[in-house]
Amino acid sequence: MALFDDKVKSQLSQLLSKIKNPIIINFFTQEIECPTCQTTHEFVQEIAGLNDKITLNVYDFLKNQDIAKEFGIDKIPAIIITDTHKNIKGLRFFGIPAGYEINSFITACLEVSGMAEPLPEAMISRIKKISKPIHIQVFVTLTCPYCPGAVATAHRLAIENPLITADMIESTTFTPLAVKHNVSSVPKVVINDIYEFVGAQPINVFLDMIEKI
Amino acid sequence: MELTFNLPGLETIEQRTVPLDSKTLYDVLIVGGGPAALTAAVYCMRKGVKTGLITLDVGGQVAETSTVENYMGYRHIEGISLVQRFKEQVEQFEIGFLQGYRATRVIDGNIKKVECEDGNLYQAKSIIITTGKRWRRLNVPGEAELTGKGVAYCAICDAPLFKDKDVIVVGGGNSAIEAAIDLAKLATSVTVVQLLPSLTADKVLIDELSKFTNVTILYEHEIKAIHGTSAVEAVTVHDIKNKKENTLSVQGIFIEIGLVPNTELVKNVVALNEYGEIIIDCSCRTSRPGIFAAGDVTSVPYKQIIIAAGEGAKAALSACDYVLTNK
Repeated sequence: MALFDDKVKSQLSQLLSKIKNPIIINFFTQEIECPTCQTTHEFVQEIAGLNDKITLNVYDFLKNQDIAKEFGIDKIPAIIITDTHKNIKGLRFFGIPAGYEINSFITACLEVSGMAEPLPEAMISRIKKISKPIHIQVFVTLTCPYCPGAVATAHRLAIENPLITADMIESTTFTPLAVKHNVSSVPKVVINDIYEFVGAQPINVFLDMIEKI
Repeated sequence: MELTFNLPGLETIEQRTVPLDSKTLYDVLIVGGGPAALTAAVYCMRKGVKTGLITLDVGGQVAETSTVENYMGYRHIEGISLVQRFKEQVEQFEIGFLQGYRATRVIDGNIKKVECEDGNLYQAKSIIITTGKRWRRLNVPGEAELTGKGVAYCAICDAPLFKDKDVIVVGGGNSAIEAAIDLAKLATSVTVVQLLPSLTADKVLIDELSKFTNVTILYEHEIKAIHGTSAVEAVTVHDIKNKKENTLSVQGIFIEIGLVPNTELVKNVVALNEYGEIIIDCSCRTSRPGIFAAGDVTSVPYKQIIIAAGEGAKAALSACDYVLTNK
């Protein structure tokens, strides 16, 4: 059975029709010992079927270890949205972006395709100045209406600076990781395993913390 | 796995908003981003007055509401979808728009000024305050320190994280009982702690909650303290009638005891009522000429999306009148 009913499918097609330049959905999966991989695989397949500008590359986490390493993938299911030249590699989703997270997923597709809303000059220059590798993990649940905002903000930073990697992490799929970071309210944002905060905060709050690193 | 996809159902509309400018003297400056603010914005722009809007986030409480079934025109709509539609209706106008920063202070005068977290001072002939409300806190020891570490305010967001755990829900109104129902489906046990001798939630919700066998309700009890170092470990509960204290071992506490108005920015500027709400008359006028207010932040009875939107319209028309007569 298809994941998207006709109504969702037509809404998604309409949203994805705004994609400007072609994008690649890089999907890491494996056939065994990954209870959510199969549904996530169906999800990316159905998404890729909605727009000609989307290419789906499916990688086996075990068999394609070299590519997993290139993307820095340490857990699955994982989705990385890139442009065709892989200049932008920092927009990642761990776990299925269903529920409210479908919104951050669509936003990521559009932004990587070149449809990112322009940011103020001063903010762009702050983001460009970041010179150390930054890893932002945004823990979410699929029933959280304001989590997609936090994910989109983290992803927006990753669009502007290739040193920034921003992950959506579905907390109930990766329970041990969520427990490690003491996630009991979402969205919870963890930056380089050093700084953390709870709630959908504006981009300058992310930047204030990143600049301390 | 049962999956849903909560899409807002966007329309493709050209966005025409412009950045808010600290050098411009606006006719009307709206502070806030909920239904009252966005409706006021549409009314002001249609009247042709120079309008600006400052808000930390768009949608306010509606953005945190799962579904809305009492906003006319929609039998059933997701909170974020309704917000998206409101936002699109505003974005068709060249309104000065600043999102992501909090307005910190309103300075009254012939020309009114709004101090903003972005470091700028914005100016206008009139102001509409629509800053809404935020979750009320218990103000007990441990609450602030453990917020986000087991102390939670958004049950739909955080309930999935409390699977097979013991939790407390504080409150007895609709939001508390909805939270208790969401949690009862996943958690090992749910204890509802209610100050009053009965629940105040709608009967349909109380009936649904009574179907669960893992729910206990403690009437006439209050929370005294929340304990834990890096996460919530226990909560001290006071039995008011029997004057006894009891410590419950729980991993989570959901606080659902209503809301408080965001009126810090107009403190000592306009008159507030005993609940801290801005007192307005039937034309949304505050105690200061040229300062208007609308929605949940005001003394208007019944906090509803449709009422906030209507009040936003009224405040906008009042502000436009004020600007025209005080040229």
